[in-house]
Amino acid sequence: MAAEVSGAADIFEQVLAAARALGVSEVEAIVAGGDHALTRFSNNAIHQNVAEHTRQLSVRAASEGRTARATTNRLDRDAIRGVVEQAIAITRLAEPDADLLPLAEPAPYQQCDRVWEATAHATPGDRARAVAQAIHAVEAAGQVAAGIYSTGLSTFSILNSRGVSASYSETMARFSITAMAADSSGWAKASACHHGDLNPLALAQAAARKAEMSHTPRELPPGRYTAILEPAAVLDLAGQMFGDFSATAIRDGRSFLNDRIGKQLFGGNITIHDDVRHPLQSGAPFDGEGVPRQRLTLVDGGVVRDIAYCRQAAALAGAAPTGHGYPLPNEYGEAPANIVIAGGNSSVDQMIASTERGILVTRLWYIREVDPYQKIFTGMTRDGTFLVEGGAVTAGVRNFRFNQGLMEMLSNVEALSPAVRASGEEAFDMVVPAMKVRDFNFTEVTRF
Amino acid sequence: MKDLALDALDAVARRGVTYADVRAIETRERDISTKNGKAGHVSSSESVGLGIRVLAFGCWGFAATDDLTRAGIDSAAALALEIARAGTAAKKDDIALVPESPYQDTWVSACAIDPFSIPVDQNLGVLLAVDQELRHCAGVSLAEASMHFERRRQVFASTLGSLIDQTRTVSGAGFSAHCYRDGEIQKRSYPNSFGGQFQLKGYELVEELRLLDHAPRIAEEAVALHSADQCPAGEFDLVLDSSQLALQIHESIGHPIELDRVLGSEANYAGMSFLTLDQLGRLTYGSPQVNVVCDARPAHGPGLGTFAFDDEGVPAQRTDIIRDGRFVGYMTSRETAAAVGEARSNGCMRADGWGRLPLIRMTNVSLEPGAQSRDEVFGADHAIYMETNRSWSIDDKRYNFQFGCEIAWEMRGGKRIRMLKNPSYSGISTEFWNACAAIAGPEHWTLWGVPNCGKGQPEQVMGTGHGASPARFHKIKVGSAYGG
Repeated sequence: MAAEVSGAADIFEQVLAAARALGVSEVEAIVAGGDHALTRFSNNAIHQNVAEHTRQLSVRAASEGRTARATTNRLDRDAIRGVVEQAIAITRLAEPDADLLPLAEPAPYQQCDRVWEATAHATPGDRARAVAQAIHAVEAAGQVAAGIYSTGLSTFSILNSRGVSASYSETMARFSITAMAADSSGWAKASACHHGDLNPLALAQAAARKAEMSHTPRELPPGRYTAILEPAAVLDLAGQMFGDFSATAIRDGRSFLNDRIGKQLFGGNITIHDDVRHPLQSGAPFDGEGVPRQRLTLVDGGVVRDIAYCRQAAALAGAAPTGHGYPLPNEYGEAPANIVIAGGNSSVDQMIASTERGILVTRLWYIREVDPYQKIFTGMTRDGTFLVEGGAVTAGVRNFRFNQGLMEMLSNVEALSPAVRASGEEAFDMVVPAMKVRDFNFTEVTRF
Repeated sequence: MKDLALDALDAVARRGVTYADVRAIETRERDISTKNGKAGHVSSSESVGLGIRVLAFGCWGFAATDDLTRAGIDSAAALALEIARAGTAAKKDDIALVPESPYQDTWVSACAIDPFSIPVDQNLGVLLAVDQELRHCAGVSLAEASMHFERRRQVFASTLGSLIDQTRTVSGAGFSAHCYRDGEIQKRSYPNSFGGQFQLKGYELVEELRLLDHAPRIAEEAVALHSADQCPAGEFDLVLDSSQLALQIHESIGHPIELDRVLGSEANYAGMSFLTLDQLGRLTYGSPQVNVVCDARPAHGPGLGTFAFDDEGVPAQRTDIIRDGRFVGYMTSRETAAAVGEARSNGCMRADGWGRLPLIRMTNVSLEPGAQSRDEVFGADHAIYMETNRSWSIDDKRYNFQFGCEIAWEMRGGKRIRMLKNPSYSGISTEFWNACAAIAGPEHWTLWGVPNCGKGQPEQVMGTGHGASPARFHKIKVGSAYGG
């Protein structure tokens, strides 16, 4: 289905007319909206069940080296004129920036079709029936279920007075479930643009199996263990570093890639792309100024190659913009948003079978940066942490705290599974493999 | 706004419900930032919409819209009811609410200087002066400063007959200096990290913070950290400044006392709590000098959790959470209060806007001031003093935590002996609070704002308040963040 945001062109005509009436010819508008619904359950019953309809118009004016943005969710003629007046008023009060570029020129981009009508129009009843089935599977295992099933449609258009007119729409569905037994728990989550690609019942059964397998958890001493990280754990931890693959972050001296571009930072088996058109990816094929997204080779055989450039960062560096800029004005410049970590030919089962002693990790939680240049992160394991001994899972274990440097971790990867679309809670969805990592640094253990 | 809320309430109530409430909300925000001598972010935004919450068929339904036409409101009302009906597909028991009285009231938070009356160029002028001062210090590689202002008017109407009109003005400001050199990034912030201080005040907050006065010291400390010794690992007496202690309260007391997470509502996302119902009145949460309250009343101060009524129409209250070290109270709602034998909610339901359902959220969860002087708190024979949060993490039942701070000093007899970089400490929540040895008095107590507390699915970001004075803790594990 072609992605088209209805009404955006008409709204922009009003924006343009209002700006010209005030003597400003450089103006940009973002028209966004969506319908999102989420059915939430806990204690084996639906307990929060919500829906939201939103629209938004965000206007940026540029004049004499100055720029500023004003946003509203009222889209009547008076409100549109009002938000343009506000944008221009604060633009005229902003400080001039000699590096501010004129608005972007139009550039062709390849559309990504990611709208499924059935997902856009999924009903509360559709979600409730799937949730009821999932709850039943967990209940049948003598456990308690909690989770969410969401469906929705998002629309996004960016237009400017130089002729940029880029639109993107996307449907998205997410199902996540935690199964809780007396002293253990298990978790599973998936997301897809088409809700028919999700299998809530299978996810519920997987979570219940993990809860059952991790009963009576043993307490192990903290230390360095071989860790088998399932894709969600890889996503949530490795996903913390991609904001640093940014020309602006490097220029500001806050990226761990400062003075490290072109160096062997990770193992030779680590290759990472940013690829908005990957079949398992989602998101708009253009950036916050309407610049088409380019495919980047962020890491090639462990060596950092490409970084993202917004237009301004590219101009300052004498490089080409890559189409990863945030809407202006902003402090952060740009970042890759469609991460694909190349997989291998192993599987989680094979990783377990090849491990004499290690820890199998389902999910990580509350991950925060400890050191911005060593790129050390702390966090906890959660909802399915297991001891692997002699090539088999032998017990559940109490959850660990880790303090792990990402450069070290991605230099210690011994095996990778094929990459899948993974969904966690600490980073945006990515396409990543499971990884077997030696000497993962677990520093403390908690009480459950 | 009142007509809007009442029209929406009528649209849903006439369809036949057990209970319904509507929140019509109008928000105005301004964000200004600077970076290395230039404007970073200059933006304003406004939003208006309403959320309709309905209890029908024994289930909750909620629909929100910014289509405020008659048709848009009717559509949202019908959808809220349809969602409630769908909930019966997976229902255990009918939702029941503890009683509450109806209220008709109007309340406006104190605001001496309307922040929206200050021109944007004046905001930028203040921030750029700070920026220039920071970059006067050789070695500062990145200077950032920001302000945030928000005014939210909310009209709450319910089928109980309540009609409550509240307007809250929030201001925030702060700055930071980064120094990248020799394979290391160090950072100092004032008055707090992650945006600074946030309170329920007008522009007077910015003036009270005296940003420019503090810029030289902060810049010098950011650079000096590169020459400082690494914070040692081991067990030490630990002194925390009040802003770090505020976050410690937030994570290891505030979240565990949310009764909805105790009962399992957040199990899939934010997690549950070690404070199971059997702990109430029994658990020794802290040492005898630890007293913690949850207090949304304006009398507590201009906190981000200060209001007159919560988002289900319950008046603001003060609740004892820890009294003389013993755990004595949860934060509750009309749905959960009965689970702990309470006949009434203590008023902690809050939503982050018209598009979201109210959840139990921290109001102002504060550690009461102690009886010790500042010299007594800092006067241990040997201690490490840590200031300003850099990282924070805690497990999903809120036992095991680890915090990092921007800067520390080794202290002997109350004197700073040497600066330490990359400090961190960790522990188990109850063990930490039971190790509390001294708390400074009310003259050192500050009500801090945490503007970015996440909870719920879809996620909501809420501002919470936490008052604290500097305090000392005995034999705390230090330095494990860089261990192993």
